[in-house]
Amino acid sequence: MVISRMASVVQTASGPVDEDRIGMSNRLNAGMMVVFFVVGLIAAIWSFLHARQFFLPEAASPHGRHTDFLFWLSMSIITVAFIVTNALLFFFAWRYQYRPGHKASYYPENHKLELIWTVIPAVVMALLVFTGWRAWRDIMAEAPENAQVFELVGKQFNWIARYPGVDNNKLGAFNYKLIDSNNETGIDYTDESSFDDFVSTSELHIPVNKPILLKIRARDVLHSVFIPHLRVKMDAVPGMPTRFQFTADKTTDEMKNITGNPNFTYEIACTEVCGQGHFSMRIRLVVEDEASWQAWCKEQKPLLSSSPELASRIPANLKAKAAKYLSAPETAAPADTTTASIVKNGETVATASVR
Amino acid sequence: MATVAANSATVAHAEEHDHHEPQSFWRTYIFSEDHKTIAKQYLISGIFWSIIGISLSVMFRLQLGFPAMKLDFLRPILGNWINETGKLDPDFYLALVTMHGTIMVFFVLTAGLSGTFSNFLIPLQVGARDMASGFLNMLSYWFFFLASVIMLGSLFIETGPAAGGWVIYPPLSALPQAHKGSELGMTLWLISMALFIVSQLLGGINYITTVINLRTRGMSFSKLPLTIWAFFLTAVLGLISFPVLLSAALLLIFDRSFGTSFYLSEIYIKGEALPNVGGSPILFQHLFWFLGHPEVYIVLLPALGMTSEIIATNSRKPIFGYRAMIASMMGIAFLAFIVWAHHMFVTGMNPFLGSIFMFLTLIIAVPSAVKAFNYITTLWRGNIRFTPAMLFSIGLVSFFISGGLTGIILGNSALDIQLHDTYFVVAHFHLVMGAASAFGLLAGVYHWFPKMFGRMLNEKLGYVHFWLTFIGIYLVFFPMHYIGISGFPRRYYAFTSYDFTKNIFADMNSFISLAAIFTFTAQWIFIWNFVYSMFKGRKAPQNPWKSNTLEWTAPINPGHGNWPGEIPAVYRWAYDYSKPGAKDDFIPQNVPYSQTPESNLPHENELIGLEKEIEAQNLNDQFKQPH
Repeated sequence: MVISRMASVVQTASGPVDEDRIGMSNRLNAGMMVVFFVVGLIAAIWSFLHARQFFLPEAASPHGRHTDFLFWLSMSIITVAFIVTNALLFFFAWRYQYRPGHKASYYPENHKLELIWTVIPAVVMALLVFTGWRAWRDIMAEAPENAQVFELVGKQFNWIARYPGVDNNKLGAFNYKLIDSNNETGIDYTDESSFDDFVSTSELHIPVNKPILLKIRARDVLHSVFIPHLRVKMDAVPGMPTRFQFTADKTTDEMKNITGNPNFTYEIACTEVCGQGHFSMRIRLVVEDEASWQAWCKEQKPLLSSSPELASRIPANLKAKAAKYLSAPETAAPADTTTASIVKNGETVATASVR
Repeated sequence: MATVAANSATVAHAEEHDHHEPQSFWRTYIFSEDHKTIAKQYLISGIFWSIIGISLSVMFRLQLGFPAMKLDFLRPILGNWINETGKLDPDFYLALVTMHGTIMVFFVLTAGLSGTFSNFLIPLQVGARDMASGFLNMLSYWFFFLASVIMLGSLFIETGPAAGGWVIYPPLSALPQAHKGSELGMTLWLISMALFIVSQLLGGINYITTVINLRTRGMSFSKLPLTIWAFFLTAVLGLISFPVLLSAALLLIFDRSFGTSFYLSEIYIKGEALPNVGGSPILFQHLFWFLGHPEVYIVLLPALGMTSEIIATNSRKPIFGYRAMIASMMGIAFLAFIVWAHHMFVTGMNPFLGSIFMFLTLIIAVPSAVKAFNYITTLWRGNIRFTPAMLFSIGLVSFFISGGLTGIILGNSALDIQLHDTYFVVAHFHLVMGAASAFGLLAGVYHWFPKMFGRMLNEKLGYVHFWLTFIGIYLVFFPMHYIGISGFPRRYYAFTSYDFTKNIFADMNSFISLAAIFTFTAQWIFIWNFVYSMFKGRKAPQNPWKSNTLEWTAPINPGHGNWPGEIPAVYRWAYDYSKPGAKDDFIPQNVPYSQTPESNLPHENELIGLEKEIEAQNLNDQFKQPH
């Protein structure tokens, strides 16, 4: 066998120059096609198994597990297509390499075959579109009435979390022209829902197993909220508030057990290029059970209490309502006269302003 | 109609008609109106740009693969962009990413690919003396050149080139105070791109006009080689979509310089609330991707067209499903315009639109699949000659499949939520659009080099170049999927800020960077081969690949007007390879059926009667126009 092969090589080598060139190199390249495919496939499988432990970090939201399932479903379909088509490509290249005296088949078309391979991808696509569309529709549906509202404001280069406070589930109005160093999210204190709002730039605390409505906006340029473990991503757009609703069903502590990482923490990243600090807009996300979340919220002080300047923005008719947020014992007590006048003025007009 | 247009188009040629005395150096090599020279100008500019573009990627791969590395050795090139501690400046990292994208997409794969091969092959393959307007063609190149000079210049200014990503989303790109790269660099980017678009439009009009009006006798649309179909549809895509990018750029220029608010609303930056209200950054994204998505096919279709030609020639078989290939290209070209918002699933766009665009996007997989199957079936029972061009074409098909398949995942809006703007996307489009189109470009150069320069490229070096590049590109982009599935966002200077990226895949990133450097290094084999063979290569024979298309009937070094005498007439399609009964395994398009009675199919015998008619037509020869 080997000898006959050698002989044929020698034979072609002594043949005309042109034929020799086609003969030797052609065989080598044809062989390489198969070698490449086999070695490449082994390398692909090995590297896949090796890297797999890091794929799609543990999903902690029901919609996330659903899209993960669809991802692996699509992935298995395309992996089959990937292997089959590449196998045919490289195998045919090797199998039908130039052979002296051989003539290729004149085979310009076959309508039946073409119809089959038009219809099959179309059907598979239809299946994937349908499952994907249903998932998308559910994820993007309106948030339920009882959803707990939070706001995430992107700026160069950090996130600011705003909470609706303890008294109601309503975020106060905002206006970008009100932004300053005391009021980084531009909270509008003419809206009484604003009074109990509090903000944080280091952490966002959310309750587990409760629908969350994350309202998202940006102060300066585009940002994008990305919570990898919750499968949440939505751009933050200046001038156009966006939203994403989801439920986290594993607390941070539970995730510590599941991932086996005692230091595990949920993180929120930015995935829309926003300038120099784009790669480090981290804010921690803490998922905890409802009771401890409530307790934590109670400990937080409204932003209003952080600066007398903010309190002065409250219109006279609402000062009475704001008083309880200002009279936190730790707050440096404002001059007595001011407090009194707030109450006095407030009481008279507060009734009138009830909507 | 066609005749009238052809007549008017030839007016520009009136001067040159039948003047065969040598022109001055400037008119021959610099301000040339000859499509072959212009093609070479585009090719050499494209190669120049690709070296720059890939070098930039190697620089940021060093940062990503070896974050602790001291990059002081780059200081002679990058100057103060390497800071005192030997680290790459984070602003400049973004500039590198941005310019890599801009250069590779527009200057290499649009101008370098379409500019070279549409210019070179359209007149030669449809049988025309030159482009419809040589003057516009020259203008097209020199607008491109001017755009190139400005873009290149922007790399050297103090605040650095544009740095908001190649998509230049406002407000980042609109506000100089937001980012260094949004200062002068962005202005230059916009000016350069405006000129570039003008160049593309001039070129595109010319390609379309030439294909429609200047086909030789008998060259009906149903006999056009697939290369020409691809260039034609590409030009149509460009002509429709580039103006939209121009308008996007113009509005951005207004926002930057004249205080308008097309894309700006409610912005507080650097301690200041801007007065702009009512604009929408999403508007820009719609306008950008209305070009941006067809752009993917603008770079890919020419590559696919050339691949069809090369695979058929070297398999010694007709391309399988010629009509299906045209139909699928038409389908892709049409769908290309109605899928743009799949780049915007998570921008806050109405989710209902997301559903529609997911549906439309996944439809595009069908014509793409048909193309892939047709290539594979063309190989089946062929008699394959592995020329370097053939190898690159097979490589292209592999990349097209591998990269295209992940598009099925990304086009699914529900799955895109997690994967959007991660390395999964980077891996996907680099395979399907970057590597596949680059392989089309290389395949084209290897295949048509003999026609361009009258000499052969060294084949052995071509084989080595192919295998190193093919393996290298898979080594770069295959592992990148893994990083993306793990959630690594793109355009990150470093992965150290997050627990979910901090301690994993550092080795994988180093590996990818090494593979990128390896692949880049391998390209010098090609550069050397190209330059050396241009002057010292083996002399090319008339028809080195035994190909059917018309360009191989022209002289080895075609002069002005391409064919010395009459332009050949065309009687058959371009894919009569290994026809049963034929003496040889190829029958060029200009061989009439009357000369090949032994191989004619029954319906082809009936066409013999039409040959006289075809020969009698002589409407399109620009040298024969009355003027």
